[in-house]
Amino acid sequence: MKSYLASAFAAALLMGGIPASAQVAATAQNVPDLPYEAVPGFFHGIPAGDYLGELQGVATNSKGQIFAFFRGPNTRLWQFDQNGKFVREIGKDFYGFLFAHSVRVDRHDNIWTVDEGSNVVTKFDPTGTKVLMVLGHRPDAAAGPIASPKGPNAPLEKYTFCRPTDVAWDMQDNIFVSDGYCANRVVKFDRNGRFLAQNGTEKVGKGENEYNLPHGIQVDRQGNVYVADRGNARYVVLDNNLKWKTAYTNVGSAWSSCISAGPHQYLFANNANPNGNPQGSWSRTGQIYKMELDGTVLGKFGKAGKLAPGFQVVHMIDCRNSDQLITGEIESWRMQKFVLKGSK
Amino acid sequence: MKRIATLLLAAAALVLPAAAQEVSFTASEPLQLPRDTFFGAVAGVATNSKGQVFVYSRTGTPVSTLGGARPFVRGGSSLYQFDQNGKFVREVGKNIYGALAAAAVRVDRDDNIWIVDTYSGMVIKFDPQLRILMMLGRKPEAVEVPANPNMGRAPAGAPAASGMQADLFEGPADVAFDADGNIFVADGTANARVAKFTRDGVFVKSWGSRGSNNDQFSTARSIAVDASGNVYVADRGNNRIQVFDNNGTFKSSITTAGNPQAICISPGAHQYLYASNSNPVNDIDKGGEIFKLELSGTVVGKFGHAGRQMKEFNAVNAIDCRSASQLFVAEMGNWRVQKINLP
Repeated sequence: MKSYLASAFAAALLMGGIPASAQVAATAQNVPDLPYEAVPGFFHGIPAGDYLGELQGVATNSKGQIFAFFRGPNTRLWQFDQNGKFVREIGKDFYGFLFAHSVRVDRHDNIWTVDEGSNVVTKFDPTGTKVLMVLGHRPDAAAGPIASPKGPNAPLEKYTFCRPTDVAWDMQDNIFVSDGYCANRVVKFDRNGRFLAQNGTEKVGKGENEYNLPHGIQVDRQGNVYVADRGNARYVVLDNNLKWKTAYTNVGSAWSSCISAGPHQYLFANNANPNGNPQGSWSRTGQIYKMELDGTVLGKFGKAGKLAPGFQVVHMIDCRNSDQLITGEIESWRMQKFVLKGSK
Repeated sequence: MKRIATLLLAAAALVLPAAAQEVSFTASEPLQLPRDTFFGAVAGVATNSKGQVFVYSRTGTPVSTLGGARPFVRGGSSLYQFDQNGKFVREVGKNIYGALAAAAVRVDRDDNIWIVDTYSGMVIKFDPQLRILMMLGRKPEAVEVPANPNMGRAPAGAPAASGMQADLFEGPADVAFDADGNIFVADGTANARVAKFTRDGVFVKSWGSRGSNNDQFSTARSIAVDASGNVYVADRGNNRIQVFDNNGTFKSSITTAGNPQAICISPGAHQYLYASNSNPVNDIDKGGEIFKLELSGTVVGKFGHAGRQMKEFNAVNAIDCRSASQLFVAEMGNWRVQKINLP
């Protein structure tokens, strides 16, 4: 028992994906600090004795309702109302929930979850009561314990993900998936879930059309695709057919991004402080950058810290309203709401 | 030969604690669990300023998942709250991501409750209503299959098990606080170090590595801080309690209390140090007594011995000594909490 327990630590450290030393300071210079305010205690009404866990995903729908996808003892999807009050749990014990990674809401208010344990991307209807589509497939439990992956990644398959990370859509409702910890590609499917194209390979790389852990994905109104290439600390911009355009490399660790709604879209870039809080990391990481879609850096806000309103490894940002952001954090099990003031 | 034996006996007499005064005591089991609920191996017990009792116990079984990208682990420990009379108030645990294998529970001066989990590697701070305020460490994402032995994490070139300069624990065992709210984590059984954080959770420093010299630990198994801010670490495996100043500078070793697994320092004007010379969980034929000491290490008295009956102890892992004459003792071997009244 004891050695089994102890071994879990080694395993975790080996399998964390990215070493704690992987911290990249943003190189953008003279970035103004955006004035902001936290909304303390915004999220409330969680049933007594229940707890959030690692907040991998947060997303709002068009009504301002909030969805939280988190790693508790089970992976769980919770709904909160516009005022941050707990409403209900969606999909308790759902077969596609094993190890949360992302939740996003499309322009029709459908709720999409990305699970890097089950390797499944699920589309729920706006009420969260019906499964509309499943992408990828979950490994068969009858195969027994899944051995820790070692050696080179398996070759890519069109319809199988390897620890996928995020999902996004263009205005034609084509589906874009960043995939993932053990693949290094972006996949495009049509609105019916049929494979169209991919960019990247199973191998890690740092050149054009290569990735080192594509960790988040967003699409702007023109259909351009923005990939958070975490291991390479850059945001890759692709056109709608996944053809390489450019990369933004000056805003730090590139954990995830968010593109706001509205006529003038902004790109928020998440320079998350690294897991494990290695000494000195809080002075170099932890901010969120606000950018134009062309990469112009407008400002930054937030800082790392154990206590709210500090950030403890922000995993995802919701920015449907570019002045009211919601963050989900890993190492504090916390969601926070922030109001950006006087920003333009 | 005879002469050698005599010398050995003389040497043994020098090493053994001076015949410590046996203290008379009474024991009871006041904590009342709901019907069909039972403690497992009880890792921690602590009281708050109102006399409420918190117990962090192994319960049920941590389970690993099948049919995923990797095996994930959940369950295995719960935190129980009891009122001043031992009446059950509530249990939290099955919804806490970091509650896998209980190591300790402590209550700070503001009545916040802290749990330490040796498997998730987490230290979690709850407010008095058991809402989470802060956490240190992070649960491993998944377990490795097949399992690998683990020697404790240290950066390349650093001494074995000295850990990272960060809140990344391996086998954390206990937590303590000084009067300023600084946090000291005994880390622990896979690592062999003490890590200090400010009250806001900012990493300050850590010290210790695997070994038997001063500043080294076999295990950093239990920890307590006195009113002057000195840090006492139960160095189980090295048969001593090491005393450091508030910044981790070695001051002295207390070797009069056997092989300590659990320690506690009582509050008040005259502070006492309690230390359990815990028997191994698989052997009740040796040790098991609890020592009462002055902070200097001078033995005031001792009581109890290993066994399975009331007034006996089996692998004591925690002592609560908010009252110097009324202790709560948590046993890994007997799956219970005893309340001890001392004269």
